Amino acid sequence: MRVGVVTFPGTLDDRDAARAVRAGGAEAVELWHGDADLKNVDAVILPGGFSYGDYLRCGAISRFAPVMTLIIEQANKGMPLLGICNGFQVLCESHLLPGALTRNSDLHFLCRDQKISIENVETPWTSNFSQGQEILIPLKNGEGSFQCDDATLAALEGEGRIIARYVGDNPNGSRNLIAGITNAHGNVVGLMPHPEHAIDPLTGPSADGLGFFTSILNAMVK
Amino acid sequence: MSLDTVAQAIAHPDTAQPFKELGLKPDEYARIKEILKRRPTSSELAMYSVMWSEHCSYKSSKVHLKQFGEKAPKSDALLVGIGENAGVVDVGQGYAVTFKIESHNHPSFVEPYQGAATGVGGIVRDILTMGARPIAVMDPLRFGPADAPDTRRVLPGIIAGVGGYGNCLGLPNIGGEVVFDETYIGNPLVNALCVGVMRHSDIKLAKAAGAGNLVVLYGAKTGGDGIGGVSVLASETFGDGGSTKRPSVQVGDPFVEKVLIECSLEIFAEDLVVGIQDLGGAGLSCATSELASGGSGGMKVQLDKVPLRDPSLSPEEILMSESQERMCAIVEPSKIDRFLEICKKWDVTVTVIGEVTDGNHLEITWNGELIVDVPPRTVAHDGPVYNRPLAQPEYIDRVNAEKISVPMPKSSSEIKAALLKLVSAPNMADKSWVTAQYDKYVQGNTIQAQPDDSGMVRIDEKTHLGVAIATDANANWSYLNPYQGAKLALAEAARNIATAGARPLAVTNCLNFGSPEDPGVMWQFAESVRGLADGCLEMGLPVTGGNVSFYNQTGDVAILPTPVIGVLGVIDDVRTRTPMSFDKAGLDLYLLGTTHADLAGSEWAFLHGQRGGNAPVADLQNEMNLIEVLLAGRSEKIFTAAHDLSQGGLAMTLTEMVLRYMVGATITLSDVANDLLSESPGRVVVAIDSSQSEALSALCKKYKTPLSKLGTTGGDSLIINETKVSLQELKIAHTSTFPKLFG
Repeated sequence: MRVGVVTFPGTLDDRDAARAVRAGGAEAVELWHGDADLKNVDAVILPGGFSYGDYLRCGAISRFAPVMTLIIEQANKGMPLLGICNGFQVLCESHLLPGALTRNSDLHFLCRDQKISIENVETPWTSNFSQGQEILIPLKNGEGSFQCDDATLAALEGEGRIIARYVGDNPNGSRNLIAGITNAHGNVVGLMPHPEHAIDPLTGPSADGLGFFTSILNAMVK
Repeated sequence: MSLDTVAQAIAHPDTAQPFKELGLKPDEYARIKEILKRRPTSSELAMYSVMWSEHCSYKSSKVHLKQFGEKAPKSDALLVGIGENAGVVDVGQGYAVTFKIESHNHPSFVEPYQGAATGVGGIVRDILTMGARPIAVMDPLRFGPADAPDTRRVLPGIIAGVGGYGNCLGLPNIGGEVVFDETYIGNPLVNALCVGVMRHSDIKLAKAAGAGNLVVLYGAKTGGDGIGGVSVLASETFGDGGSTKRPSVQVGDPFVEKVLIECSLEIFAEDLVVGIQDLGGAGLSCATSELASGGSGGMKVQLDKVPLRDPSLSPEEILMSESQERMCAIVEPSKIDRFLEICKKWDVTVTVIGEVTDGNHLEITWNGELIVDVPPRTVAHDGPVYNRPLAQPEYIDRVNAEKISVPMPKSSSEIKAALLKLVSAPNMADKSWVTAQYDKYVQGNTIQAQPDDSGMVRIDEKTHLGVAIATDANANWSYLNPYQGAKLALAEAARNIATAGARPLAVTNCLNFGSPEDPGVMWQFAESVRGLADGCLEMGLPVTGGNVSFYNQTGDVAILPTPVIGVLGVIDDVRTRTPMSFDKAGLDLYLLGTTHADLAGSEWAFLHGQRGGNAPVADLQNEMNLIEVLLAGRSEKIFTAAHDLSQGGLAMTLTEMVLRYMVGATITLSDVANDLLSESPGRVVVAIDSSQSEALSALCKKYKTPLSKLGTTGGDSLIINETKVSLQELKIAHTSTFPKLFG
């Protein structure tokens, strides 16, 4: 099973994501933003970072990368796609997911260990969790406040497309404590906190994040 | 203005030149004329002025700093010593680690965000230049009083700048300090440390060897920012009024630097460079003259080829610009095509601006006309050396004679009040408000970060080899006795590494002082250097490099002497490190070391407005014994936790330990107030399973380290004799200060 990890200029967590893919049992495949080549991967991760320095708007430039054209095409055909942090922002800019990520409500970059609850275990990225399971993974971003209009929010809530919510105080002002969402089809997931930094208690707050990477392996084996 | 060429300089020897405005003294200007046997051109004058500035030439500190070489202990670990961009240390398994700390104090006062951001950017490029992948940063910071209006201006900007730049580079921030004192009003200290890792074979040096090799400039285009930053800003005292000097502060673009790092590492991996130098302080003047003098000395540069952000820049400005995110490489002609290809892959601007020549002259032309013709050594290394007058300041005898008289809590309610006052004081309070703005997780190798005693990163995922780093300074002690202060800071940093079980290997330093033109300040500096050099010799730790920042004073008032000492250590298996705290009840707590009546220079004295008495005398033999106990305790699996005692004494150490996992402790002390508040050096609290008590006694006996039982872990309170403070109350006191002050 091959999971692609995209590197844009300014991507930071690509090696962490690749490590997590391997820890989950799949093969990690490097994908370069400038190459229109998905190298026969079965799924793709857009990792965190500051692609193109977050200039203009987070993710606004990356969505035009040659590799993204192919990714969008495949995602629309059902390929599992996970965007973490900056990757989530790219997914919103690409219109694969609704809404937008804006400055944290207190205007500071925030790095802390964050409890989230998994609210949808039907996606290929969350199937190894149990409904309502609380996990602890790092949250680290300056623009992580999920915003959308009321109709979109109602649709996300009504269709069970909110895959994770923050537990406890709202860290960034996200509507309805949203930490992650999925598309109507359920194959594209955007997540603000960082499961790839929580695959081993030695280097993260827990190993809870591993579930995202074992989930995708299960989904692909099926 | 017409171009001032070498021909012009010869033809018009008497043209008046603005050497004073560029920060040169009349005798320095005379010396340049003597070297060149003519007046310098305006471009040459620009180069000499920045390279002979205090910041670049170390002209006031050189005579003292040479002790680090003269007193250097024998060390097999040192692969590259002082003089290069950063020292390199062998940490085993074929890995080399490079680390260095630098100041960016003055720019951060003028423009806090950009000053701090480019401070991080500069030190990261120094590490990259050695051929290493940067793997972590740390940032010891000092500010005026927490509630001072200017601190509210400076602190949020500096924190955001350190975070904004470091986070965007993908470098975990693993520690540092935040300290407040009134002498830092108008003189905030922003010290930035970076550590990088490479294979032994990958070490790169700043030298331009081999005639015909190409001089290649790559990275950001050159702009008008930071012109004369080192000479105008870093080498002068701020007065009241006057211009704000903001054009002398560089503006950073971390995205460009991130791309530059990846691009450079790819270039290094293919072995495409002969020598490399980053463009930091003094910009191209520094890079070209240092590369040339590091080689045989000859280099020709066509300055008009330098890509510009602002096409109106004059040659003098281009030579002095400190625009960030630029590197200068020496490349063999056969490898240039591949070099250019990698730059293209990363969209990095790259230009061949010259070549290495046979002679020993650095010749720079502007549209074909010769504007610089100098022996590069005279620019880079033969700057003036001052043996500045020094004298013990009159305050020393006066404050040393003062008797400390502070209220010592006796009753249970007094002890509780003292504890809550101490743990909520800005210097002692929880720094999460600061560190939550820094990414500590990126790269996935962070084992420890603030609030741990040291930062620790894994450098090999298979063997679990890791390095630990701590930075420390105790300016209160350095004020009372700069010689002891430096030794004590060294001992503390080494201890902070050892509590986790890492063996100290090497030392870097950032020496922050007032004006070297004040004999009292110069004495503080000389004593600090002497103390550090003696301490390093005694502890067997080589100094691998460092940085001096003078002129940190406002008017006549200098900052406290603040030598920040960084110690790097190695740990063979990060999985077996000793954590700083315990997460279960029923463990026994012991104090290693002896508590004396050391309140001079303590936080408790500081909180009562007292800065007198005598600093403790560093006993480095005891410290080394203690380190051996800590290392053996880790490898023999005796300790469950270990935490250093420093500012705030036992009171702070216990507080930090119980709050980490919200597991309380019951402690019995004989002389409660002094036991809690004294800051005697050389002490550590360890937690052990009671089955290890004999092993611990034997270990302490072997290394002649005093041992006393403090109590046991458990419960939801910190209980000290009859005083009981709930962890919740303690936590609120410890964690509310920063959010209250800075929002």
